[in-house]
Amino acid sequence: MSTKTEVEREAKTEYIAFVAGGQSFCVHIKKIREIRSWTPTTILPFAEPHVLGVINLRGAVIPIIDLAAKLGFSKIKPTERHVIIIVAIDQRVTGLLVESVSEILSIQDGLVKDAPKSAEDDTSRAVDGIIPRETDMIKIVNLNALLATPDTKVANL
Amino acid sequence: MIADSAILDAFFEECEDLLSALTDGLSDMREGQTDSETVNAVFRAVHSIKGAAGAFSMDELVSFAHTFETVLDALRSDKLEPEENLLRVLQRAGDILADLVDHARNDTPAERDKVDPVLAELQGFLGDEAEEEEFVFEALTLDFGSVETLQSYRISFRPGPEFYATGNDPLLVLRALSELGPLEVNCDTSDLPETLDTFTATDGYLTWTAELHDQTSDLALREIFEFIEDLCALEIVALEQPEPDALAAFDPPAIDLSAMPEPGAAADAPVITDAPVEVAPPDPPKQSRKSTKASATLRVDPDRVDRLINAVGELIINQSVISQRIEEAGLPSSSDLLADLDDYKLLAREIQEGVMAIRAQPVKPLFQRMLRIAREAADATGKSVELVTEGETTEVDKIVVERLADPLTHMIRNAIDHGIETPEKRAEAGKEATGILRLRASQSSGSIVIQIIDDGAGLNRDRIHKIAIEKGLVSAQDTLSETEIDHLLFAPGFSTAAEVTNLSGRGVGMDVVKTAITELGGKIAISSITGQGTTFSITLPLSLAVMDGMVIGVNDQTMVVPIANILETIRPKADDLSKIGQKTDLLRIRGEYVPIVDLADRLGGVSEGKPLSQRVLLLIHNDSVVQYALAVDHIFDQRQVVLKSMVGNYGAIPGISGATILGDGKIALIVDPAFNFDAHLHPVTNSHVEDRQFVNQD
Repeated sequence: MSTKTEVEREAKTEYIAFVAGGQSFCVHIKKIREIRSWTPTTILPFAEPHVLGVINLRGAVIPIIDLAAKLGFSKIKPTERHVIIIVAIDQRVTGLLVESVSEILSIQDGLVKDAPKSAEDDTSRAVDGIIPRETDMIKIVNLNALLATPDTKVANL
Repeated sequence: MIADSAILDAFFEECEDLLSALTDGLSDMREGQTDSETVNAVFRAVHSIKGAAGAFSMDELVSFAHTFETVLDALRSDKLEPEENLLRVLQRAGDILADLVDHARNDTPAERDKVDPVLAELQGFLGDEAEEEEFVFEALTLDFGSVETLQSYRISFRPGPEFYATGNDPLLVLRALSELGPLEVNCDTSDLPETLDTFTATDGYLTWTAELHDQTSDLALREIFEFIEDLCALEIVALEQPEPDALAAFDPPAIDLSAMPEPGAAADAPVITDAPVEVAPPDPPKQSRKSTKASATLRVDPDRVDRLINAVGELIINQSVISQRIEEAGLPSSSDLLADLDDYKLLAREIQEGVMAIRAQPVKPLFQRMLRIAREAADATGKSVELVTEGETTEVDKIVVERLADPLTHMIRNAIDHGIETPEKRAEAGKEATGILRLRASQSSGSIVIQIIDDGAGLNRDRIHKIAIEKGLVSAQDTLSETEIDHLLFAPGFSTAAEVTNLSGRGVGMDVVKTAITELGGKIAISSITGQGTTFSITLPLSLAVMDGMVIGVNDQTMVVPIANILETIRPKADDLSKIGQKTDLLRIRGEYVPIVDLADRLGGVSEGKPLSQRVLLLIHNDSVVQYALAVDHIFDQRQVVLKSMVGNYGAIPGISGATILGDGKIALIVDPAFNFDAHLHPVTNSHVEDRQFVNQD
C-alpha cells in the first residue's frame, strides 16, 4: 500500500493502478466492478481495432476493449496472464484489457495534479489527472471520455 | 415544493390516470356524448388534480385547474351549452392542464403565452359573474358552484373500520364541516353493543348526522370527504328549501342578485339528482383515486418486473443447458426423462410468456398523446385533419410503447405537414376538406403491426428521387422502382434542411425513425399511391426477450438467424447454382433466381472458401417473398434463444441485431437478415472494416 504522510486529515480517494501499453494508469476504485483474468472473446464484426469482442459475464454480454490500443499504443496480444478490468459507467458495463494490475492507491485529493492540456490525441483527452510518485507518474483515466462511443444515436426528434 | 419525492411521485402517477380519464371524457363529449355522467367524470378529474396540486402549492396548476373546473361545473349544471366551440376550448384546456402538470413535474415555469389565451377563453364562458364571486366564500375551494342560493345539506356519516385504521378522526371531519358554515350535529349511538364482549375497538358503531347550512354548493362539503369517501358510509342530501331567514341573516356579499337564477326548482333539481348519484362510489372504471380501494389494476415497480424477466431468461438458458447435457448423455429417445424435459420446456415458456404479458400495456395512452400531437400539428399548419385511432387496446411491451413515442410523433407530423393537403387543394382534388389520418394497431401472427395511413397526396417521388441524387445517395443513371424510391426516405442523410417547417424537419429524418424501429427488432415499410395517400407500416416482435432462432455455424463461429425470417433451408445442387457478373452467385429455386449472400463475407470476414454446393443455404424471406439465400457452413439446430441486450455497451453493429448466450455459455451473435440484404444491393463502404480473418480467438 502506498502511503503518504498523513498530517492533515484531507479527503482521500482510492484508485486501482495498472499497466497498459507499458505505462502506468489508474482508475477511481468506485468505477470498478471486478477484475478477471483474460477469457477468449466472441468477435464483433465491423468493430474498431481496439474492440476485441464480447464476453459472457454471468449472463450479461460485455464488450472488451484493448485499453492500450484505444489510447493509441500498439495492440496487446492477450494471453491468460493478461487482466480484464470490468468497469461500470452509469448503466454501461465494459471490460478493459490491460497488461497487469499493480496496486491499490489511496491518494489525498490535494496531491493530484491536473493533466497538461497539450496534444489533442486520444490519450490526453482521456487523462483526468496525474499522480506524481518518486519513480513514476500515474495517469488517472477518465472513463467517460475514453468510452464515449462516436456513433451514439440521436433518437430525439 | 415538498421535498418528499415519494409523495410527489404518487401524485404525478395519479395525475397520469386522471389526465387519461380527462382526455377520454373530453373525446366522448366531442363525439356528442354529453350526458351528466361523462361531464361529471371530466369535472371530477380536474377537481382531483386541482385538490392534490393545492396540497403541494403548485399555484399555476391550481389556478388554471380552478377556472377549468368552474367552466365544467357550469356545463354540468346546464348553465352552459355543450356546443362545438366550448368543447374545442375544453379540449385545449385539457392539453394545457397536461402541460402544466409536466411543468410542475419538471419544476419549470409554465409557458404563459400558451396558457393565458386558453385561460382567457375559459373565462369568457363564465362571464362577469366569475370575477365577483371570487371574493365571497371562505370555503376550502373558491366555489362558484351550480347553485347561487344558499343550501342546506344533511350529511349522514358512519365511519367503518378502515376509516379508523387509516388514522382518521371523526372530530377533524366535523370540525372541518363546522368551518364551512352553521352546523348542527347529532350522534347516533344506537348501534353500540350492549356489553363489552361483543365490542370490537377497531370497528365503527357511531353514525353522525349533521345539518350544514348556508352553502352555495356542495363542492366544499364534498371535498372534506374526498379522501375518506370509501372508508365510511356517507350520504349527502340537499335539504328541500333554503330557509328564507338564512338568506336575510347572511351578510350579503357583493353579488349582483338580479343576475342570479331563481332559487328553487331549477337550481335544486341538478343538485338533488346529483347528490344521490354521487353517494354511490365514484365511477370505478375510469379512476383509481383512492389508494385504499381495491383497484382492477396493480401498480408495480418496473424494476421488479425486469428482474423477474431476467431471472426467467436465465431459467430458459439453464433449461437449454440441461437439454444439451442430457442429449450428450445419450439416453434412449423413449426415455421418460426426455418427456419430462419437454414438459419443463413448455413450463419455462409459459412462465416467460406470463411475465412478458405483465409488461404488456395497451397502446392507448400512446395513441392519446398522438391525438394531441395531431391537433397541434393541424393547427400549426392550418390544415384540417382528423386523427382516427384503431386498435387502442392492442398490447405491447412497455419499452415499445416508450420508444415508439418519438418515431410516431415524427411520422404524424410529417403526414400532416407534407402528406395531407390544404383544404383548398383537397377540394380541388375532389376530397373532403378534412383529411383523415388513421393510426392503427393490430396483432398478426406473433407481431404487432402499427400503421399510419393518410389520405393525402402521396409521396412526391420525383422530388425524393431528385433530392437523393443531389445528396449522392443514388446516381442519376440508376433506374429505381417506385418502392425503392419510397424507401430512399430512410436513407441516412436524406433529411433535407430545405424541408424545415414549423414542425417537421429539424434536420432529423426518417432514418432516425427507422433506427429506432430497428432497435426494437422491428421493420418499417412504406407504400404510397400518388393522389390517394401514404401508408407507413411498422412491424414489431411481440416478445422482446425471446426468439426462435436457427443456430448455424460459419467459419467456426456460431451464430443465430431468426426463424421468422427463414422460409426454407436448402442444400444446393450444383445444377441450381449459377453466376451473374463477377461476384454474384445465384440460386435457382422453383423457377426463380435468387441472389446468394455469403454470411462470412458480409460480416467482414473472409470465408473459408468452401464451394457453395457444400454449404447450406437459408432462404430469407420478407412477407413470404424470397429475398436472397444466406450461405452458411452448417446448421446445428433450432432453438429458442434469450435475447441479451447489448444495451449502451456498444453502438449498432451492422448486420447484427443482438446476442444470445448458448447452452455452453458461449456468446452467439444474432444475424439481422434485413441489413445483409440492403448491404448487398447498396454496398456499405465501411471505413472500419479491416480485411481480417473472421475467426474465433480460441
